[in-house]
Amino acid sequence: MLALLQIELFKIFRRPRTYISFAAIAAMVLIVQVALKADGVSYLEFLMGGMKDSIEIPYKLVLNGYLVCFIILNLLLIHVPLLVALVAGDSIAGEANMGTLRLLLTRPVSRTRFMLIKFTACVIYTVMLLIWMALLSLVLSIWLFGTNDMIITRNDVVEQIQRSDILWRYIAAFAYAAVALTTVAALAFLLSIFAENSIGPIVSTISIVIVFTILSEMQIPIYDQTIKPFLFTSHMLAWKGFFYSKSNGEGEAIAGSIENLPAIMKSMSVLLTYIFLFVGSAVVIFNRKDILT
Amino acid sequence: MSAIVQVKSLSKSFGSLKAVQDLSFSVERSDIYGFLGQNGAGKSTTIRMLLTLIRPSGGEIELFGLNLKTHRREILQQVGAVIERPDLYKYLSGIENLSLFAKMNQVDFSRKRMMEQLELVGLADRAESRVKTYSQGMKQRLGIAVALVHDPQLIILDEPTNGLDPQGIADMRNLIMHLCHHMDKTVIVSSHLLSEIEQIATRMIIIDHGSKVVEGRVDELVDPAKTVVELETTDSEKTRNYLTSSPWQKVVTGFDEQKVLLQMHREQIPALNYDLVQQGIGVLSLQTKNSLENYFLHVTAGKQHVGTFAN
Repeated sequence: MLALLQIELFKIFRRPRTYISFAAIAAMVLIVQVALKADGVSYLEFLMGGMKDSIEIPYKLVLNGYLVCFIILNLLLIHVPLLVALVAGDSIAGEANMGTLRLLLTRPVSRTRFMLIKFTACVIYTVMLLIWMALLSLVLSIWLFGTNDMIITRNDVVEQIQRSDILWRYIAAFAYAAVALTTVAALAFLLSIFAENSIGPIVSTISIVIVFTILSEMQIPIYDQTIKPFLFTSHMLAWKGFFYSKSNGEGEAIAGSIENLPAIMKSMSVLLTYIFLFVGSAVVIFNRKDILT
Repeated sequence: MSAIVQVKSLSKSFGSLKAVQDLSFSVERSDIYGFLGQNGAGKSTTIRMLLTLIRPSGGEIELFGLNLKTHRREILQQVGAVIERPDLYKYLSGIENLSLFAKMNQVDFSRKRMMEQLELVGLADRAESRVKTYSQGMKQRLGIAVALVHDPQLIILDEPTNGLDPQGIADMRNLIMHLCHHMDKTVIVSSHLLSEIEQIATRMIIIDHGSKVVEGRVDELVDPAKTVVELETTDSEKTRNYLTSSPWQKVVTGFDEQKVLLQMHREQIPALNYDLVQQGIGVLSLQTKNSLENYFLHVTAGKQHVGTFAN
């Protein structure tokens, strides 16, 4: 099993196109960091909106590595699924397109094992992409902007998280994001078994993510209970919940607390259910598929 | 002789299309087994069923005495295949491709062994080059090396000469014969190049519209005493008159305006040429037509083609 996984990872990381995603993330993160380094104060004033007139904000202290990372994740995590689809959508369809699928399937490896190894390789790629993003957005931002307490705004309320209470939240948020992105990878992986070139599953995955995201964001009451809870995109941004703390009687954040952990766990269980359904369906369908390419 | 492959009443339908119908055949150890049929006859579908790429609609396949459905893994450890094009990872080198498939088969993938495999197919000097820089013939040979990397007993080659130049075809022919005669492999080879099959196959099957037309030893099915000869002379009228009034009339099978078709033993050809010259008839061409080709055309729809001469 391990040897087969090594083969898959070797194939993924020997392809030049694999590094497009890493380069894209690096470019996007660096662009944001350079912009914030050059004129971050203006951006913070814009974010604070009307609040800047009622309270005095020490922008230089607020604009630290933790906040920059939070801003980057807010801006980028919605786009990273598209990069994940590039590899997961290519996983089976790319082999079919190259003509190597039939060669692989004549080897003494069961199709179920073959599929699970392929998917595991996609998950490892996704996690590596996130680690890369974490290194750039968190570690590099801390190096460029330093550390301090983190200020976030929510529903026109400013919340302050103590410097010592932040890092674990990022670790939890990245772990959650890994599950969210794996859901997209699983969808692309499922669609990949139906196509003979990777463009179809990649475009289909991106289209589904965009349509579902629009539906998730639409403020129409009838959708709130009927459709939104069942869309995986409605649960993909629940990582933000790790940055919302419970507050004490004086309105201060309680260190180490999470405001609504059950909601996060519920969202995660929805995503895990989707992953199981997508991958399970892919394995069952692929086991019955005639390879005609 | 023991059967390595035993196919019984195999069938496969794609919707209403019956690609393979009630097909039975057997391949014996150390055979070079020719698999013949016109385009769309069901050759590739059958080969893909032998390799578990396509699920049969009915029938049974046994390889090495084991049922393919229940012993897939054990069986595929003993089978190597090149199916149509030898598609490999173009962004990897030849030796990387080979190592990758050796690893999949859990066999020794040391550099020394990989180089030995590449040596066998004449690619050792291009081991480090990326496959995208290979010619079609080199890709085909690398495909064979991949098929052999786990030292299988049975090798299945689906159209292995596709896209090869004459030298490449000759190399492939020699390689297949080397595998069978010196490495004791059993080879199933499908090809539309009938002359190639005739030169290398010991047994063969011809299928048409998914069904078996004939199966047996090549030397028994294709009678060497019945070589078809196409004759063209300087005077077709005189030739016709001479051949129909001489002992040669027994071997004449047909005429058209310029050519005469005869079926005879190859060794009689010099005598025919001599007789014609003695009669003052100049011989423009005396061509032997491939006997397997004629047999094939005879037993498939192509027999109409032969009939155009047989008035």
